[in-house]
Amino acid sequence: MVGYIDRIGAIAKRILEEETVDLLIGFKKGTLPMTTEPVLIRDAAETDQLYWDSFCFINLANYLPKREEKIGIIAKGCDLRNIAVHIVENQIKREQLYIIGVPCKGMVDRRKILSFLCGKEVREVTESDREIIVRGEGFEHTLKKGDYLQDNCIRCMHRNPVIYDALAGDLVEERKDPDPYDDVRDIEAMGSEEKWQFFSNLIRDCTRCYACRNACPLCYCPTCFVDESDPQWVGKSIDPTDTMTFHILRAYHCAGRCTDCGACEQACPVDIKVRSFTRKLNKDALDLYGHEAGLSAEERPPLDTYRPDDYEAFIR
Amino acid sequence: MGDKILKKAELQDVLRALKRTYEVFVPVKENDFYSFKPLMDEEKVDLSFTNTRLSPKPLVLPQSERMFEFTLDEKSEDAHIVKESPKDYPPRIIAGVRPCDAKALRLLQVNFDNPEFKDPWWVKRRESMTLIGLGCSQPCSACFCTSVGCGPFNEEGLDILLFDLGECLLARTLTEKGERLLQLGGMDTDADSGLKKSADEVKTKAEKKISSHVPTDKLREKNVNDLFDAPFWDDVAFACINCGTCTFLCPTCWCFDIQDEVIRGEGDRIRNWDSCMFPLFTLHASGHNPRAQKVQRIRQRFMHKLKYYVDKYSNGVACVGCGRCVKHCPVNIDIREVFNLMNEL
Ligand code: SF4
Ligand code: SF4
Ligand code: SF4
Ligand code: SF4
Ligand code: SF4
Repeated sequence: MVGYIDRIGAIAKRILEEETVDLLIGFKKGTLPMTTEPVLIRDAAETDQLYWDSFCFINLANYLPKREEKIGIIAKGCDLRNIAVHIVENQIKREQLYIIGVPCKGMVDRRKILSFLCGKEVREVTESDREIIVRGEGFEHTLKKGDYLQDNCIRCMHRNPVIYDALAGDLVEERKDPDPYDDVRDIEAMGSEEKWQFFSNLIRDCTRCYACRNACPLCYCPTCFVDESDPQWVGKSIDPTDTMTFHILRAYHCAGRCTDCGACEQACPVDIKVRSFTRKLNKDALDLYGHEAGLSAEERPPLDTYRPDDYEAFIR
Repeated sequence: MGDKILKKAELQDVLRALKRTYEVFVPVKENDFYSFKPLMDEEKVDLSFTNTRLSPKPLVLPQSERMFEFTLDEKSEDAHIVKESPKDYPPRIIAGVRPCDAKALRLLQVNFDNPEFKDPWWVKRRESMTLIGLGCSQPCSACFCTSVGCGPFNEEGLDILLFDLGECLLARTLTEKGERLLQLGGMDTDADSGLKKSADEVKTKAEKKISSHVPTDKLREKNVNDLFDAPFWDDVAFACINCGTCTFLCPTCWCFDIQDEVIRGEGDRIRNWDSCMFPLFTLHASGHNPRAQKVQRIRQRFMHKLKYYVDKYSNGVACVGCGRCVKHCPVNIDIREVFNLMNEL
């Protein structure tokens, strides 16, 4: 993935110089190994700070809603689907965007690497196409990228950008593995009591910091229901009922819109696998309506459309 | 007061024996990260952590705390009378606290326990705690404690400080509370001068290992409005997603919100952690929000820690350099860079 940096930089420089765009949203290298920081660039001379590697897990589509300028944006497969969702939902116009699509080989989960290291500190990380080399005081490990991918990337079926104006590299081969929902099936197989237990345990450590919500491009409401104070829909404490209410409602608000980009899960400070909620809804949207979010910038999400062939009889 | 010595493996037995008198909390690893949890009977005390993901702050300032109760039932003679909820303050040992987190409790103290105001619950809880610190022999690269008036073996706020000497632990008693605890735990073997010397060496070595430094010398003299209007805030704020991660993980953030929750006529008045990163933090009843923009909120966080606190308390910055926000901010907003920007403006 680091191989994309030069191409990204060159395209960015050109579109800023030619004034195709007013500004560009990309990543710069982070201050610690395995971190990156989203950056906004207006000046072509500053494009040399643009960076790309397997730790660009933040979904840059999150920075688009309500912007008025002409924007260059760098987006991997899933981010692009979120941009498509934004376009459909009138959060940004296609004409405003110059999209540099990144054919994605999967993001590496820094927490999986930290877990492998059992508390030993990483001082330096370098990556090649298939490997990650992790160095620290008195150790060096060469890890296979494939073994440390984010959970969503392991199951990703759309690694290539769906809409774009330029590409950061050659298109990659899509996975042919036909079962991206094996994990959801495991949960579906549980009894209702067991399911409740599973989800209650899942969110036990939740701090209600809302990093999951805020990392998600779908959550652009001016005031989120959990932040309403008049009327107040949900309690503010860490009472399990309130916490569960937040999680279930957040997930439902993403139904048929979530691209499984994984930003929510990566942002969580206490490693809660919040995708366990949204993935069931993604699977339902696929099973019931044949819909996968963001594959086109024209098709509206299934829960805000009427179709004569709707799967529910009462609506037909 | 002095230095006692014990075998590493004995710490566990000592803490377990102390459970007869105290509630004992230790860093426990669950789901791949550590947090302070009660020591279970069969559990091994694990000292291999760098630091806990969440600080020990919730042990003095619980994320949600029931303060008062009331009933709206007009038939009750207590209708609308707000009564303090029953609370207890069992003596507690918090073992394995890092020096930065102990110093952070000192910083919290200026807010919750000062000549003007005393928060009764905070004060009682803090008084019932005995802190056994564990010096950082292997400080990590995101920590900058030595720049902010702390250090890997800083003693402030602790009752006992443990030095890891390989096979054994040297326990330095710092307060009478600590002394009582050592007696109760039967730790009575004095450390000889050779071991004391090793402890000093471990400390010096650790201090030298701190690789991250931030400047703070000019923060005090800066004009507050110049900092407030500094040109860099938009850049600092761009990536921020305004999650509360940095403030919730921070051992020194103390802000809270008080809420009444009523179910079927029975009410609780609850105090919850709040964060200046949240829009609701400053929302007025009129609907006006003086910090409606994210740039205003992120500026508040850094201005509070690195300027307002500095000016108000003459006590250094409101940051102990633990590095939690540096490591866990999802978009890598690094307070060390903001130290530089503000100090060098
Ligand atoms: S819910 Fe999570 S996985 Fe789905 S779009 Fe939002 S951030 Fe991405
Ligand atoms: S990011 Fe994690 S801790 Fe924060 S609200 Fe979401 S699930 Fe809870
Ligand atoms: S953790 Fe980072 S992204 Fe979240 S509020 Fe703090 S600075 Fe912003
Ligand atoms: S501001 Fe960051 S580094 Fe400083 S004490 Fe808080 S979490 Fe630690
Ligand atoms: S104002 Fe913000 S930075 Fe300061 S203590 Fe409160 S939450 Fe922390």
